[in-house]
Amino acid sequence: MNVNISYQALAPIIILLTSGVLSVLIEALVPRTFRRPIQLVLVLSSIVLAFAYLVFNSTIALTSDPAFSGGQIKGLREIAAAGAIAIDGPGMVIQGIILLISFSAALLLAERQIDPQGDAFTARASTLPGSEDERQFTANGWLQTEIWPLFLFCVGGMLLFPVSNDFLIMFVALEVFSLPLYLLASMARRRRLLSQEAALKYFILGSFSSAFFLFGAALIYAATSSVNFSVVSVAMENSSQDGLIISGIAMIAVGLLFKVGAVPFHQWVPDVYQGSPTPLVAFMSAATKVAAFGALLRVFYVAFGSMRWDWRPMMWVIAGLTMIIGSLLAVTQTDMKRMLAFSSVAHTGFLLLGVVASSAAGLSSSLFYLLAYAFTSLGTFAIVGLVRDASGEATHLSQWAGLGKKSPWIASIFALFLLALAGIPLTSGFTGKFAIFTAAVEGGATPLVIIAVLASAVAAFFYARVIVLMFFTEPPTDGPAVVIPSGLTTVAIGISAAFTLLLGIAPQPVLELVINVGLFIR
Amino acid sequence: MNPNNYLLLAAILFTIGAYGVLVRRNAIIVFLSVELMLNAANLAFVAAARNTGTLDGLVAAFFVMVVAAAEVVVGLAIIVTIFRTRRSASIDEASLMKY
Repeated sequence: MNVNISYQALAPIIILLTSGVLSVLIEALVPRTFRRPIQLVLVLSSIVLAFAYLVFNSTIALTSDPAFSGGQIKGLREIAAAGAIAIDGPGMVIQGIILLISFSAALLLAERQIDPQGDAFTARASTLPGSEDERQFTANGWLQTEIWPLFLFCVGGMLLFPVSNDFLIMFVALEVFSLPLYLLASMARRRRLLSQEAALKYFILGSFSSAFFLFGAALIYAATSSVNFSVVSVAMENSSQDGLIISGIAMIAVGLLFKVGAVPFHQWVPDVYQGSPTPLVAFMSAATKVAAFGALLRVFYVAFGSMRWDWRPMMWVIAGLTMIIGSLLAVTQTDMKRMLAFSSVAHTGFLLLGVVASSAAGLSSSLFYLLAYAFTSLGTFAIVGLVRDASGEATHLSQWAGLGKKSPWIASIFALFLLALAGIPLTSGFTGKFAIFTAAVEGGATPLVIIAVLASAVAAFFYARVIVLMFFTEPPTDGPAVVIPSGLTTVAIGISAAFTLLLGIAPQPVLELVINVGLFIR
Repeated sequence: MNPNNYLLLAAILFTIGAYGVLVRRNAIIVFLSVELMLNAANLAFVAAARNTGTLDGLVAAFFVMVVAAAEVVVGLAIIVTIFRTRRSASIDEASLMKY
């Protein structure tokens, strides 16, 4: 039997997963003192190499497929790995965003100057919090370099997740990127009880929801006798087993909506964001959302595209609830990380408008919004990690009072990110919201867009409250200070700020890119 | 015997598992219930493979077993860490963060 694997299309995924394996070997074979520099070189170079390959793949002219040769659309698009993986324009854009985010996040994870004791991860995850062992390892200055293989596998899984073209591969990818995140969430250096609790909640709820995803896939398979998206889509149109199909769609939606953090599956978001190490939160608030939305869009556009009239009412309700509840609960928060977590729930609601629209404009505006949101979110959490007092990060809102007077630069950049999250013009958030609201109105979801505008107004309140707190209140005498980070974090924050500004002031090239990549292939 | 009954059995097992996750307090039992849900999905895959005469479901069952094993490793690691810290595996006691 002749099976088309197409290694070239899969190269970015293969590069990341191979370096994950290499990274495990480094942990096993290399002496401890050399591990960190070697791991860092491996991580950063593999991400750069994968990104270069992705750019190369997206620019080669298509010769084999006459359907595309006449149009503007360039780049590789093919169903690889015997139908299991679909590499296409939107998929490659999502992969590109994930790689850009991962590069910046790797810089944040490697930061060693913020905390006087070392990086953001505990010296040894196996030691008891507060024990003599823990003090000993910390005093020796040991670092937990096992985070790097976990990080690489996580990024590899995230690259695979949005391009998988059947439910089985999608489930495997889901677990490949989730399992490392559960472990990384438990490894914070400070406040380890919170961190472990966050990991427990994330793990229990995450595996619960992926079981739903899997059972949904089994039901769809029972009804359509295939797990492949293109086959499923055709078989659904002619199938008479509506009961199996509708319950299958609902259960798969539970699994995916959990990962993006939509109401009513959002409960893990604030707890995990509050408890996990902040550089990791910066990574997963951005990259997990991008990967999960890529998968959500593919499943609902390709596999369930023919059942649009059955799932759209459900998505309407969930999108509306997510925007309203996310914005309202964010207003009541007193912890910075929890407030940003609920704001990320609200943004999930805005992004779901792109799924509801289920049109070419909905897809392209979702891609743009994902790029804009991912960098803003990464930058926000990177700065949250800088504001510290003697016991670690100062995340209570009252501790941020007067920060603009003490550290005007950092406070200004933070204000820029908050304005982008609120969707103020000349920032990326405005362009993203404008594009996605327009697409939703064209898709016939005007009532939802009205809810979205109202929710944005509520959201603007709590972002503005932080800005007022930073610039127009007197700093407390014993307040926290902004730590001066090393170049690693500075570069990551710089990249995020640059994207946030550029996508607001000159969005045209990126808007053209996301429109020209075309649709998902079947 | 009608193979559809196996789908029904799988649905029942899945419901028992979901019920266990929602009401039990011990993290190990909650985790065990999640595994029951995964195995219920496996049964549904195999039954559907028999029904439809295709191989995808059988392949899926193998993959799910491997994934479930990996999940056990990660899950038990987290639960044991929590147990060593708190001397308790109750998921109600891990409640430092609320609202």
